[in-house]
Amino acid sequence: MALLEVKDLKVRVEEREILHGLTMTVNEGEIHAIMGPNGSGKSTLSHVIAGKPGYEVTDGQILFKGEDLLEMAPEERAAKGVFLAFQYPVEIPGVTTMNFLRTALNAQRKARGESELMVPDFLKKVREVSKSLNIPQDMLKRGVNVGFSGGEKKRNEVLQMALFEPSLCILDEMDSGLDIDALRIAADGVNALHSPKRAMVVITHYQRLLNYIVPDIVHVMSKGRVVKSGGKELALELEASGYAQFEDAA
Amino acid sequence: MNVAVAKTGNGRAVSDLFASAEGRLPGSPAVVAVRREAFETYERLGLPHRRIEEWKYTDLRALVGEVLSLAASPDVAALKRAAEAVKANAIEGARKLVLVDGVFAADLSDVKALAAEVGFKTLREALEKDAGLLKTASTDAVIALNAAMATDGVVLDIAAGTQLSAPIQIIHVATASSAAAFTRSQVAIGKGVRATIIETFVAAGAKAYQVNDAVIVTVGDDSDVAHIRLMDDAADAVNITSQFVTIGANVKFNVFNMTTGAAVSRLQGFITLAGEGSELSANGVNLLQKTEHGDTTLVVDHAVPNCVSREVFRAVIDDRAHSVFQGRIIVRPDAQKTDGKMMTRALLLSDEAEADNKPELEIFADDVSCGHGATAGALDESLLFYLKARGLPEKQAQALLIQAFVGEAIEQIADDGLREHVIGIAERWLERRQ
Ligand SMILES: Nc1ncnc2c1ncn2[C@@H]1O[C@H](COP(=O)(O)OP(=O)(O)O)[C@@H](O)[C@H]1O
Ligand SMILES: [Mg+2]
Repeated sequence: MALLEVKDLKVRVEEREILHGLTMTVNEGEIHAIMGPNGSGKSTLSHVIAGKPGYEVTDGQILFKGEDLLEMAPEERAAKGVFLAFQYPVEIPGVTTMNFLRTALNAQRKARGESELMVPDFLKKVREVSKSLNIPQDMLKRGVNVGFSGGEKKRNEVLQMALFEPSLCILDEMDSGLDIDALRIAADGVNALHSPKRAMVVITHYQRLLNYIVPDIVHVMSKGRVVKSGGKELALELEASGYAQFEDAA
Repeated sequence: MNVAVAKTGNGRAVSDLFASAEGRLPGSPAVVAVRREAFETYERLGLPHRRIEEWKYTDLRALVGEVLSLAASPDVAALKRAAEAVKANAIEGARKLVLVDGVFAADLSDVKALAAEVGFKTLREALEKDAGLLKTASTDAVIALNAAMATDGVVLDIAAGTQLSAPIQIIHVATASSAAAFTRSQVAIGKGVRATIIETFVAAGAKAYQVNDAVIVTVGDDSDVAHIRLMDDAADAVNITSQFVTIGANVKFNVFNMTTGAAVSRLQGFITLAGEGSELSANGVNLLQKTEHGDTTLVVDHAVPNCVSREVFRAVIDDRAHSVFQGRIIVRPDAQKTDGKMMTRALLLSDEAEADNKPELEIFADDVSCGHGATAGALDESLLFYLKARGLPEKQAQALLIQAFVGEAIEQIADDGLREHVIGIAERWLERRQ
C-alpha cells in the first residue's frame, strides 16, 4: 500500500523555485534512498514533507496514507506517523531530553486519542532504546542536544524514532559528520526499526551509508527533480561515475 | 501642580485618605507623629510619575490614578475565603504568617510553631513601643505612603545561630475589592543564621484591590538566607512592594522575585552589601499578559570591598503587556574588588508586547569587575518547528521553551521543593495562556 505519494511537487523558497515537479511513491515496508549532489533539493523535500514554514508549494500534492499532508499542521503530521530525522538537529537549552521525549510522545498519543503513557513504562522504554543506541543515561538529563557531539545528536534522532514509532521515517544526511563506528550504531538502530508496515527514506550524499542501510529503491535527485530511479545497484553506479552525468540530464 | 495632583480622581482631597484611616492605624503617640510626617511627605510628592527618574517607565499617576481607601478589617466570611487561598498557596512544610487585607490573621498562622524558634510580633504590637519601624532612608512617595498607612505586618527577630527548621511564608491575601491594604514587615536576622523567607501575594475573590507593602531585612554576618517574593495577584490588582535589605559580612543572600499577575505591579528592591566577603544572588521573573504592566527595579549597593553580586532577570511578555527591568549597581569608592554582574533577557510573545530595560552601573572604585547584558527577542522559530515536528502543538511548544527561558532565573533557587513551587506558579500562568 502506498504510504507517501509525492506528485509533481513544485516548491518555492523566497521567490525561487527549488523543486520543479518532483514525483515519487513510497510503499509500506520499503526502504528508499534519495541521493544527489549538494543543493539538489533533498533537504527541501524533507522539510516540505515535515511541514516546515517558509516553503511555498505552488503545484502538485503530497498524500500520506491517502490524506492530503499539506493541509496538516506539522504536529498533526507527526501524530499521524511522519518523522524527519533532521540533518542539523537543533539544541534546546533548558529542556531536558527526558522531559522533551515524554512531552512529545504524550502530545502525539493525545492527538491520536490514546491515553498518556505511564511514567514507569515510559522510563523503561527509554532506558531500553537508549541502551541499544549506546546513549548514556546522563545525556537524557541534559538539555536536548546541548553539548552533544554530531554523532550523539544523530543517535538522539534515532532514539526519538524508536520511541515515537512513526510509519514513515525520513533520515536527512544521517551519516554526515559520523565516523564509521557512530555510523554503524545509528544504522543498526534504524535497521532494527525496519518493519513491513514502516517505510524509510534515507537521504544521503554518499553511497557509504547504503552499505549499512540497504535500500530497495534508489532515486537520484538533481536540480529539484528525480532524474533516475532504480535498484540498489544504482547507488554503486553513482559511486563509480559520480553525479555529473545526471546534472547534464537535468 | 502638586496641589492639583494631590486630589484623587473624584476630587476628594488626598488627606481624607489619611484622616478617614487614622482611627484604625496602630501606634503610640510617637508613631502617630511619624505617620503624619510621612503622610505630609506623600501629599507633597503625590504618586510617582514619569518625570521622576526612578519611575520613568512606571507612571503611577497614569497607570493607577488614585489610591483607594483602606480596606475594612476582614470579617468572618472574609477570613473563611482567605483560609481557602492560604491552603491553595501554602508551601509544604513552611510556617505561615497570614495577613488578610492588611491585618494579621492569627488563626490562619502558625505562630506557636514559629515562636519556638523565632521572636515574633505583629507590627501592630511592635508599634506600641517602636516608631523606628516606620522609618527608612527612602524618599520615595510610595514608601512614605506605606509608613503613613501601614495597618499591620510581621516583625521577626531571628537570633544568632538559628538554623530554621522550616521556611517562613508570609502570605498576603486580598479579600476586599476596590480597597487598599498597607503592610510593613521587618525581619532582623542575627549572625550565623540559616533561613528562608517567602512572601506570597494572592487574592481570595477580591477584584481591583491595591497593595502597598514594605519589608525591611537586616542580615548578620555569616548567614545564609533566601528571600523569595511571589506576586500572584488578581489580574486587575495593583501591587507596589518595596524591599530593603542590609547585608553583613560573609553572607550568602539569595533573592528571587516573580510577578504573575496584577494590572500594575512594581517590585523594588534596595539591597546594600555592608559587610565584606558576601555574595548576593538577586533574580527575578516577570510573566505578563493582556495589558499588564510589571516593573522590577533592583538597586544593589556595594558599600564595602570584596563582595559579589549576580542578577539574572527574565521577562516573558504576551499580548500588549509591558515589562520594565531597572537594575542599578552602585560601587562606592571604598568597594574595591567588587564583582557585580547583571543579565536580563526579555521574551516577546506578541508584536505589541513591550520591554523596557534600564541597566545602570555607577562605579566609584577603580579595581572592580562589573558588567551587564540585555537581550530582547521572540521565540526561536527553528526550535519551535523542531518541537512541532515532534508532535507538540504551537502553544505547548511555546510553553516548553518559555519554561526553559524562565528556568534560567528559577534555577537560582537552591531548595528543590521551593523551586518546584515556583515552577508550579509559572506553569499555571502558562495554562492561562492556552
Ligand atoms: N531557506 C532557504 N532560502 C533560500 N534558498 C534556500 C533555502 N533553503 C534551501 N535553499 C536553496 O535550495 C536549494 C536546495 O537546497 P537543499 O534542499 O538544502 O539541498 P540539499 O539538501 O540537496 O543539499 C539550494 O540551492 C539552496 O541554496
Ligand atoms: Mg541537505
